[in-house]
Amino acid sequence: MSAGNQPTTSTTLTLAKALNAGLRAALAGDEKVLLYGEDIGSLGGVFRVTDRLQAEFGTDRVMDSPLAESGLIGTAIGMAMRGYRPVVELQFDGFVFPGFDQITQQLAKLRFRSHGRVALPVVVRFPYGGGIGSVENHSESVEAYFTHTPGLTVVSPATPNDAYWMIQQAIATPDPVIFLEPKRRYHEKGQLDLTAPARELHEAAVVRRGEDLTLIAWGPMVRTCLDAANAAEQEGRSIEVLDLRSLQPLDMPTILESVGRTSRAIVVHEAARNYGPGAEVAARLSEELFYVMESPVLRVTGYDTPYPPSAVERDWLPNLDRVLAAVDRSMAY
Amino acid sequence: MTAAMSMGMPTTRPQTTPGRFDAPNPAHTPMVQLIDETGGRIADPDFSLQLKPVQAVGLLRDMARIRRFDTEATALQRKGQLSLWAPLLGQEAIQVGVRAALGPADHVFPSHREHGLALLMGLPVERILAIFKGAEMGDWDAERLRFHHYNMVIGAHTLHGVGYAMGQARDAAADPLADTGVSVIFHGDGAISEGDVNEAYVFAAAYQAPAVFICVNNQWAISEPVELQSRVPLYQRAWGFGIPSVRVDGNDVVAMQSVTDWALNRARAGQGPTFIEAYTYRMGAHTTSDDPTKYRESSQAEAWRRKDPLHRTQSWLRASGVWDDAQQARLDQDAEAFGAEVRAAVDRVQAPRLDEVFDRVYARPTADLAAQRAQALDEASR
Repeated sequence: MSAGNQPTTSTTLTLAKALNAGLRAALAGDEKVLLYGEDIGSLGGVFRVTDRLQAEFGTDRVMDSPLAESGLIGTAIGMAMRGYRPVVELQFDGFVFPGFDQITQQLAKLRFRSHGRVALPVVVRFPYGGGIGSVENHSESVEAYFTHTPGLTVVSPATPNDAYWMIQQAIATPDPVIFLEPKRRYHEKGQLDLTAPARELHEAAVVRRGEDLTLIAWGPMVRTCLDAANAAEQEGRSIEVLDLRSLQPLDMPTILESVGRTSRAIVVHEAARNYGPGAEVAARLSEELFYVMESPVLRVTGYDTPYPPSAVERDWLPNLDRVLAAVDRSMAY
Repeated sequence: MTAAMSMGMPTTRPQTTPGRFDAPNPAHTPMVQLIDETGGRIADPDFSLQLKPVQAVGLLRDMARIRRFDTEATALQRKGQLSLWAPLLGQEAIQVGVRAALGPADHVFPSHREHGLALLMGLPVERILAIFKGAEMGDWDAERLRFHHYNMVIGAHTLHGVGYAMGQARDAAADPLADTGVSVIFHGDGAISEGDVNEAYVFAAAYQAPAVFICVNNQWAISEPVELQSRVPLYQRAWGFGIPSVRVDGNDVVAMQSVTDWALNRARAGQGPTFIEAYTYRMGAHTTSDDPTKYRESSQAEAWRRKDPLHRTQSWLRASGVWDDAQQARLDQDAEAFGAEVRAAVDRVQAPRLDEVFDRVYARPTADLAAQRAQALDEASR
């Protein structure tokens, strides 16, 4: 699919192909936009998210880089200082750590350090999360490191339509964006509305209306929560599902509106529980809705171990049964 | 003993193929020097003296000015008016020589000791002092000054400099007639062990970025001697990355100017990065919090004092007939006046207001930050 034969209103694509289309639109729309990463050129990335973009836009716009994540992010910072808009692809979640200083102390802080004189419109995008039977260091959920770092924004699309629009909105953002791609959902298909984005980058979305309880998720766990909500409906429970979409900043008005109505909330994420993103959401709900809540905010998360061998990941990760069990616990209050 | 043996290569293996085990010879370290320690002119087949003595008078003035700045700032720290200072004493020729070679579109990515270069590029005195007074982290227009921000994470900025150079190269490709400039990236001998610095070399070489690395080898990284960082002379390491390199007498301002000029021209001609090891000595402490008597002999500094960059330049200019006692006296007077300016500048440094810190995290403050800003103002006013 190229810009020339792109349908004008809607189409059905996988999440990976929707990202590809979004990146193509960003490259076509602004010549300062560059894609930069390992194996993203002739290979099109290990998940083919940049498939054929180098052939279309040239090696100057879609650049293969040496294998050094810190170098990749550090030089992207330098290019952004010079007026470019680099979109960095890291190959896997576990490979973000060699670039940790460049993300958390350089990319995140240069605007602050320079009193706003240095703006860094850099997107760091990478596949995250488990569930695909990977080897070690290929299934990590690293949101909390970056949501805990002032100066960064952190977003994660859950659907192809959001993937298509959110990557373009992230690239247009004047601040650094950590763009987390739910790798286990790369091949799931969905409808794209090509006319306009449904909402702003940092807005949360109620993706299923319900009355009894709100399931709060993002990225890969949105589908899991929708499945759980549908299953719970068989038992007569009306479950709302909220897709946060943006973890930093959090869209608190939408969260409070939803949980204010249902009075019960469960946060579901793949990342380990201790100090995870769910703790922040639970704390905020406790501060804002203390007298409204019918039950404590529960969390369904990965366990507080390193990510396990993938042979046991099915039971380690939040899944339909674990979410339903938490729903039962919450409703029992 | 062959070079290979000294590098710890196997000695029992018969060397039947000439050159197979040859490593760079660490004992062979030819250094570019155009003015010797006594002020004598040295002919160099590769680097001609580009400045006539009369033109070098300005460089002497610049060195005297930044030495005075450094002395004054050190004193201000002792008096409690700065919380810290990182002295540049002994490294004046590097900063002045590089400055003299820079073109109008070249950018500098400093480490954290290039205060003199900062002044020469137009940064007001108080902006540097503000960093060491705890008032700010580099509140200057780096793009306009072409002098970028200090970085306290050793070596992290070298990647920014290389990325910036990659951007300059892209701009040059888009507009071949424009002078899009070169990035000049400073780092020290300790930084050469940092992963980021090695990655900076990799990326600079891979993309043939118009970058010049100025490795200020002042022999000491706080208490660690350069021998702990590298078993080979630092400039020889650059060749492993495919970056041409040379060692220069960092106390010789005209050699620094000549070699930097050559490296900048290579970059401008599309010949990629160059590595310059500026060989010098950290005459002072790492910072005012450091105590060099705990880890190095004072005789070392004594030996280096005889190589002083200002003294040798004065001797050369005197011998050339362009410098005399009257000029020296005027220079000393100017330095006195500048010292008074520095002392006045430190009082102009103002602490930021607490509420300002909430406004510079994002282009648009988040709702959370806006609320915390109001809370901070409220709590601080009680």
